Parts: sequence; structure tokens; C-alpha cells
Amino acid sequence: MSDIAADREQGRTWVAGASAASVRFFHTKPLGAAGLVLVLVYIFVAVLAPAIAPYDPIDIRYDAMLVAPSWHNWMGTDSFGRDVFSRIIYGSRTAMLVGFTASFIGATLGLLIGVWSAYAGGRTDMLVQRVLDVFMSFPLIVLALAIVSVFGTGVGNVILAITIPMIPRCARVVRSSALALREVPYIDAARALGFTHSRIILRHMLPNVVAPYLILLTAFMGQAILLEASLSFLGLGVQEPTAAWGLMLQGGAEQYAESAPWLPIFPGIAITGSVFAFNLFGDSLRDVLDPKLRT
Amino acid sequence: MGRLLEVRNLKTRFYTQGREIHAVDDVSLHVDEGETLAVVGESGCGKSVTALSIMGLIPWPPGKILGGEVIFQGRDLLALAPQEMRQVRGREIGMVFQEPMTSLNPVLTIERQLTETLEAHQAMAPAAARERALEVMGQVGIPDAPTRLLQYPHQYSGGMRQRVMIAMALICGPKLILADEPTTALDVTIQAQILALMKDLSRRLGVAMILITHNLGVVARYADRVNVMYAGRVIERGSARALYATPRHPYTLGLLRSVPRLDRSRKQRLDPIEGQPPDLGALPQGCRFRARCPYAEKTCAETDPPLVPAGEGQWSACWKWEHLSTKSA
Repeated sequence: MSDIAADREQGRTWVAGASAASVRFFHTKPLGAAGLVLVLVYIFVAVLAPAIAPYDPIDIRYDAMLVAPSWHNWMGTDSFGRDVFSRIIYGSRTAMLVGFTASFIGATLGLLIGVWSAYAGGRTDMLVQRVLDVFMSFPLIVLALAIVSVFGTGVGNVILAITIPMIPRCARVVRSSALALREVPYIDAARALGFTHSRIILRHMLPNVVAPYLILLTAFMGQAILLEASLSFLGLGVQEPTAAWGLMLQGGAEQYAESAPWLPIFPGIAITGSVFAFNLFGDSLRDVLDPKLRT
Repeated sequence: MGRLLEVRNLKTRFYTQGREIHAVDDVSLHVDEGETLAVVGESGCGKSVTALSIMGLIPWPPGKILGGEVIFQGRDLLALAPQEMRQVRGREIGMVFQEPMTSLNPVLTIERQLTETLEAHQAMAPAAARERALEVMGQVGIPDAPTRLLQYPHQYSGGMRQRVMIAMALICGPKLILADEPTTALDVTIQAQILALMKDLSRRLGVAMILITHNLGVVARYADRVNVMYAGRVIERGSARALYATPRHPYTLGLLRSVPRLDRSRKQRLDPIEGQPPDLGALPQGCRFRARCPYAEKTCAETDPPLVPAGEGQWSACWKWEHLSTKSA
């Protein structure tokens, strides 16, 4: 008891608790931990891209087009003589930027809408849910395509196009958790203490639905990266000469799948690996957080 | 002593599945400053709905307050705007709920839950709020408060949680506390501790209390006055002492007879009240207790008896209150 008290005095509990939780996570969920490590590697690479990449990713060299992987160009060069390895490194920046921004904004807006809708109940809830139904009725990629074709291409619009379809998906899940919360005595107690609606929603209900939110957030990151690659592949996402995995795949797969297989293979591995890492981590996170949801 | 709260002719109804439930039907009661009023009755008689109506916490749909007045310190709470009512809740009237296990938010520390009320109602600075929280923790008898403040509800026992609930109700210095079955979910020994604590705090801080319960033992020991409710009505009112000595309504009499007592032979069977309370969606004509009443006669089937003075300081809603035999109570 006194140890705990001493810890508390020095404000160490939070850090100690968090590190104990991560140690436990590594022990019980080695696969999830591997996913987490891989995710961290991707983030690390994206942040330190200029230091890691051996060449400028948009530096065109007509004297070195379609060079096979070698000591100088680890993953070969593309049809413009650009270094594939450097482009993959820089491509992780696009992927992480779009993936994190879109999934974070999408899931967070969904979280707010979901909790608010559940708390308001009645006609408001009904109306919000029907509007979300409309958005949900479009497949993810179709809605994203529609948004890009309205607003145009470019990183900002790609993020928007991926964010919007994610909102209703998160809102729906969060609402179902929050609906159960609305009837819980401590929410009644909060009302009896004279708290405003926004305080009850933000301070009392939100922290209780963080578990499903986090699970969705990690799931969305993988989806967002895949979606960004798909849009870029279709020519509706990030535009040349920016380095993006989907773009590289498009350039590689169409003409050079047989003659220069390194062009489609390496971006493909990069996309697969990142989505795999996020999903692995997200799945384990769900396993860890779910028992708490049931209590 | 001044009149703190006066409820007049309160009518609260619920509308479910096309039926109109008369949950609280023409209830009047009052609480003086510093006094403890018990509201007694069986499940579903409208005790809790009365409390929620006073707090303005009846959810619509399905519930609605159709009429009456709730005068608190000269203001009709039912006529207040939602923002004004919010200022009354938690600040001037505190509430303690039945379920201490689920009435605290599991993801917030006790400190947060205590200080938030001060922050919301009095815009108090964090350091001052913490001081006040420690003070109230001491008042409700939680030892080692500085450590306990940083803990979460799951680290507290049931009795300790109920102490925290009481602390939360008290922290803004309210004039009145509504306690809705505060001890029902607790062990018997803890029940006594919690009630003694509430009574003591009420006396020391001059806070009036409405104690909602179905436990007559609790009433006898801790209440100054008692209102007995049955099927959405107050059917008897009086000082706790008078009510026990001379019950003036057959229902109260039946309740007192059905309590196990130490001074009677253990072989003697308990005396239950036969039958079920009436359906609040389809109330019978005349007295609501008629079907279960051993004293019922023709008048009872025709007209509903009003709550009338019945002896010194007592009120009864029974036509035959003068004829009740009170010996065996």
C-alpha cells in the first residue's frame, strides 16, 4: 500500500501502469506485438525517409531506366530511372499521412456522432441513423470514388474521400455501445448532479466507449492505406510525381509485370505488409479490450 | 423550522404500449429544514418516481408530469427552465442512488467524480476543489483520503462506494438530499453504518433528507416523519413515533404486522398482506387498497377516501381509521 502511495505521490502510476500493460500485451499476444513492431517500423521509416532513402525519389535518370535490382538500386529502377527503393520509402509517408489522418478523423467524428445520437435518443437518433444508413449503403470504394470525382484529386481530397465513408461505420458501432450506457445508473447520477448534456456526453460517456473506438481506429488504418493505394492505382488519388505505393503499382503492373517484375512486386509487398501489420495489431487489441466491454 | 420543500398534488404518468400508468397520483408532501422524512411503500408504489419528479428527471418519453407544484425554497421547480433546474440539481438538492456498485463511473477516479460537481456548479479551481473533496471524504468517514481519491470505483467496497455517493451529494453543500433506497444493495451491518452516517451528517450540517425505503426498521430509527405510499398515493402521514404506536390505515397496520419481531415467539408465522397491489394502468373505483383490506365495506368501493386528519399530527386516507384495532401492531 505504501509503495503504491509513494508511486502515486510521484505521479508514476500512469506510466508504470501503461508499461506493465504493454509488457503483458507482448507476453499474451506475441502476434499482435509483432504487428505493433511492424507498424512502428513503418512510422519510423516514414518519419526518417530523407535519411534512409539513398536517392531522391523524383530524380529522373534516363541512363538507368528499368534497371534490375542490384547493389546500387536495391529494388531496381522504374521506367523513368527513379530508384524504386527510395520511392517506396517516400511512399510510406503518403500512406501513413493518409492512413492516420483519414482513420483518426473518420473514427473520431464517428465516435462523437455515435455517442451523441445514442444520448439524444428518440427522433434525433432516428434521423441521424437514417442519414448514416444512406452513407453506409455505398460500398467504401464507390463512395470514395464519388467524393474524389466531385472534389478532384490531391492528397487533401483523398483524405476527405477516405474519411467520409469511415464516419458512419464507426458511429454505428459506437452508438450500439453507448445505447447500453444511457441506461446505466452512473449516467442517471450524472444527470442528478445537474451536469450539462455536453459534459455528460464528453466526460462520462465517451471514456466508456473508448475500447470499441480504438479497435475500429486500428482497423480503419489498414483499410485507409489500402483505399489510398486503390484510389492512386485508379488514377484518382495522389498524382505523379509524388511517391505513392498505389501509383507505383499502376505504373508497374500494367506494362512491366513480365519484363520488370520488381516494379509491381515491391510496392505490393509494402502495401500488404502495412495492412497486415495494422490488422494484426488491431485484432490483438480487440482481444485484449473486448473482455472489458462485456463486463 | 421553515418549510424547505413542498410538493402539492403531483401527478406523474407513464405512457407505454398505449396504456396510461398512474405512477404518482395526486401526491402531496413536505419537508422542513433539517428534518428527515421517510417515504415508505412496496415496489412500484411511486416512491422513486416521486423523487425523480422532484429532481425533474422523468424521461419523456415515456413519462410526463401532468400537474402539481414542487415548491423548493419558494420556487416552483416544475416551472424552471432546464438550465435553472440544472443549477438546482447537485447544487441545492443532492441525490443518493440505490446501486452504489453502478452509480459511479468506472473509468473516472473518485477525485474526478467528486471535484467535477464543484467545477461544474461553482467554477472552483482544481486545488480548492481537491481540498473540499478531502474534507467531504473525511466527513463521510473514508480513511486515508489522499490515497483513496486517486483510486477508481472498482477499488472500493460497496459500503465505501455508497459513502462516496453521499460525499458527491454533499459536496456542493445542498439543503436537501434525496436518498432513493440508499442501503438496499448493502449488507445489513453496512446498512446501519451508512444510515447512521447519513443521519449524523444531516444533523451536523443541517441538511434535510428524504429517505425512500421499503424497510420499516430503517424508518423507525432514522426518520422524524413518515409518508406511507400505496399505489401512487400517500395513504398515511405522521410522525414516526405516532405511526408505529397508532397506525391509522389498514395498509400501515398490515405492514407493521408483517415485520418479523424479536419479541414474538419464533413459532408464530408472519402476517402477510394478502393479494397484490392494483394495476396502475387500470385503477379500481373507490379505495385502492380495498381488495386487500380486511376492514373494507360498501363505502370503500364507491368513493376514494381523501387524506384527512386522523388523530394528533396524523393523516389517513381511510374511511374507517377510527375503528382500526391497533393492539397487535
